[in-house]
Amino acid sequence: MNRIDNIDSIADRYDLVIVGAGPAGLAAAAEANQLGLTTLLADENISPGGQIYRAITTTPVKRRSVLGSAYWEGLALVHDLEKSVVDYTARTVVWSVEPALDDTGKLIEPTHFEVGLSQTGKARLIRARRLILATGAIERPVPVPGWTLPGVMTAGAAQIALKSSGLVPEGRTIIAGSGPLLLLLADQLKRSGANIVAVLETTPRGNFTAALPQLADFLCSTYALYGLKLLAKSRFSLPMRRKVSGLSIVGSDCVQRIDFNDNGISRSIECDHVLLHHGIIPNINMASALGCELFWDESVHAWTPVVDDWLESSVAGIGIAGDGAGIAGAPSAAVRGKMAAIAAAAALGRIDVASRNTMSRPLKKQAVRLARGRAFIDRLFCPTQPMLRPTDPSTIICRCEEVRAQQIRDVVNDLNVQGPNQLKAYLRTGMGPCQGRMCGSSIIELIAEQRGVPVHEVGHLHLRMPIKPITLEEIASMPQSQAAKNAVMR
Amino acid sequence: MFRPISRQLSQATDQPSNPLDLIIEFTFDGRLMRARNGDTLAASLLANGVNAFRRTSISGTERGPYCLMGVCFDCLVVVDGIGNRQACLTPVRQGMVVEPQRGARTVDALENTDQ
Amino acid sequence: MTEADTVVVGGGIVGASIAFGLARSGESVILLDEGDIAFRASRGNFALVWVQSKGLAMPAYAAWTQRSAKEWNDLAAILRSETGIDIAHSQPGGFTLCLSQKEVDARLTKLQQFHSQPNVAHFPYEILDHDEVKRRLPHIGDKVVGAVFSPLDGHANPLLLMRALHSYLAMKGSEYRPTHAVEIIERTPEGFRVKGGWGEIRTAKLVLAAGLGNARLAPMVGLEAPVKPSRGQLIVTEKTVPFLHNPMVTIRQTNEGGVLIGDSKEDAGFENVTGTGVLSVMADRAIQMFPRLRHLNVVRTWSALRVMSPDGFPIYDQTSCDPPAFVTSCHSGVTLAGVHAMTLGPALAQNARLPETLAAFTPKRFHVPAN
Repeated sequence: MNRIDNIDSIADRYDLVIVGAGPAGLAAAAEANQLGLTTLLADENISPGGQIYRAITTTPVKRRSVLGSAYWEGLALVHDLEKSVVDYTARTVVWSVEPALDDTGKLIEPTHFEVGLSQTGKARLIRARRLILATGAIERPVPVPGWTLPGVMTAGAAQIALKSSGLVPEGRTIIAGSGPLLLLLADQLKRSGANIVAVLETTPRGNFTAALPQLADFLCSTYALYGLKLLAKSRFSLPMRRKVSGLSIVGSDCVQRIDFNDNGISRSIECDHVLLHHGIIPNINMASALGCELFWDESVHAWTPVVDDWLESSVAGIGIAGDGAGIAGAPSAAVRGKMAAIAAAAALGRIDVASRNTMSRPLKKQAVRLARGRAFIDRLFCPTQPMLRPTDPSTIICRCEEVRAQQIRDVVNDLNVQGPNQLKAYLRTGMGPCQGRMCGSSIIELIAEQRGVPVHEVGHLHLRMPIKPITLEEIASMPQSQAAKNAVMR
Repeated sequence: MFRPISRQLSQATDQPSNPLDLIIEFTFDGRLMRARNGDTLAASLLANGVNAFRRTSISGTERGPYCLMGVCFDCLVVVDGIGNRQACLTPVRQGMVVEPQRGARTVDALENTDQ
Repeated sequence: MTEADTVVVGGGIVGASIAFGLARSGESVILLDEGDIAFRASRGNFALVWVQSKGLAMPAYAAWTQRSAKEWNDLAAILRSETGIDIAHSQPGGFTLCLSQKEVDARLTKLQQFHSQPNVAHFPYEILDHDEVKRRLPHIGDKVVGAVFSPLDGHANPLLLMRALHSYLAMKGSEYRPTHAVEIIERTPEGFRVKGGWGEIRTAKLVLAAGLGNARLAPMVGLEAPVKPSRGQLIVTEKTVPFLHNPMVTIRQTNEGGVLIGDSKEDAGFENVTGTGVLSVMADRAIQMFPRLRHLNVVRTWSALRVMSPDGFPIYDQTSCDPPAFVTSCHSGVTLAGVHAMTLGPALAQNARLPETLAAFTPKRFHVPAN
């Protein structure tokens, strides 16, 4: 691995640019290197690992039992990368991807992408024949009253603090929501010495019944043993309250307590931290901004990029691997990363189709095996409408622009709003610096509710570059063709 | 507020001391703070008992980090005069001067950076 | 049976402004619009209410624009009092900043040509050198050579304008029908039948304000609107504390605090994508004009398609039948919202004819054979 800390040392051209150094990106990079592709692995974080293997090379939490064996499995991926000659650049944002044009404005042959990179305030354009987006997942943002108060975080955020800095919440901590990470984190934090005063599980009764047909499949899966152990353990060692609803976090400047409905009884627990978790969904911002087609995946209740059997998106030359192309967990992400790299090598003519097929056959089998049990997990933790459509009118939906649920419902109704892009024009929902990452999935729920249509009919936010904010100066430093000058100076 | 996990839980036996555990100093809102070299600014602030990093530009209410992975833009601070930096993606450095992001970026803050 | 006095095709700023004028005059109006995703100049514009230099080679356009800038004050006031929405309209005067003597000279030539046109409505302006610009706009950079200033120029928030117009229409009982793209228009004894995949609707009068869609729709009622797309790219920064109160022709700070940078023009067909090259030139010039913008984060860029006629001026026309159909095509929908709402809409409601002053805007002007 060739670690590049200065953006000017990044080469002008690569066969392959991989975005994101989580399991999919790490595996894709090592595989691409094996297959002879010149490869750049660009990642936003300080060190490789993504979120699941966050800080795996630098974590101060060295005792393996604390973060668990599933975490330390990531080390092998980093070691594979370290053995390669892949260019790896940390703290680097990919902010634009366009087809590369020649001076006359025509597509160059063979086709290349012009990839905009930004690192510590400096931007560059480089060229790549192909891209693999390995941008992973985000925690599903589920607005509850008070979720913007300091002291409220996602469960994943607390885990990141633990992994990367060995930090645990101090004071009375509540973990609330629904999803596979809920118990895992509660258990992990408790073992790390946190004071977990309650775990509020909001998974409704009906979900388990609905998931039952998938139970047999789950019991044969790689998750089963671990999941069941955790479940059994939680009964004795964690202060669980199951099937609660109506979460509402209360405080003036920071969290003071959480109110909830405990099977018909209103309760309230004083606390210093609330860690929310509602499952994870694909992080689609980059795919969407690049024009990759999305489809509504009802199994996880989220927009997801369309990919073919070779993990290529609807935009030729752009592959998507890992949870960003559908949630299936870290081991599956790594397998899919490898597959995407093999597909890229074949598309670039470095291996023939027969080798591609031979190489990917065992990987496809692995992917299928690793997908076992997902259907049960997805169904069990599928969010229900009451969770996603907050009834408290003052609930903030768009955190950046501080737009509340009632404002959205009113404007959708009064002005007959059809979709999130029209709503954005009226209320600025999705116009802030997070570029709709935190509100995009909730806005469409409220529009669907008011219009009385399924969510997928409402559509999704139309995204544009920069995929992450960069400075005006960085944009000004990009190459300016004569045609570009003529378009502005008249 | 966050605190470091106990040494007994973090250290594997016979582990040599980690060079990343070197302590550096920075200031936040004029207060001197100590941090573990290699941490993000967001983690360092949390470890120093700071929950609220900024005030919003619309209602002026306090916010702190929510996702710690670069997505939510709620951990924005002013770093060495440059506003709206994501603390969760910024490594803490010796001598860093950090201020809460109080509302929108100001012209004054921008002026300091004009050369 | 007709369902409405007037059907307006197009729910953007042009259609909604005219509908405002119709509804305010007591008409029942139905506004037909496309869905969430469409070519919508109204969501992508720069939102100047701009007078200086408008109408070179067409004095009628200068007069129409100047009148709109005046009517804007009433429009903003009515929208505020009726809907409670402040659309952030202000008319503090606007600057065209020049970064070279060549740019200054080109401006001066245009101004002289403009004011030497016979019977043209003159607008007040000043030519300022660097020091005078600096006195008025202390944050400008050294590379600003000079500027043209006109006190008639202003700006507004176009998204709030859209919301206020639509709120007003909803309050007045006008119907907004989204996802009603129009495919066919037919003449009937009592007016028009407008059809789409959604069904059909009968109306007496018809207003076509469908932006680029007018090119296809106008011939269905015997009118023409030979408009083509002209792509403009825009940049918006994160919010900053207000520091720029006057609009520039390429830079303005919105009421929310973001700095908007724009005004590129490209012939790019129906491709409404952005390109780093053009954005770079725009960003570069903006920093030369106001160096302090340099470190601001860019939150979004986008492009929108202007509705451009062959000579760049608006098209207004009507059929001679009764009740008539009207067509309106223009690229300065925000600037002209004042006259569309306060003059054109009421005229169509009361007289079922275009105001006389719009005779010059007939597309018949494109039929004059070139020498």
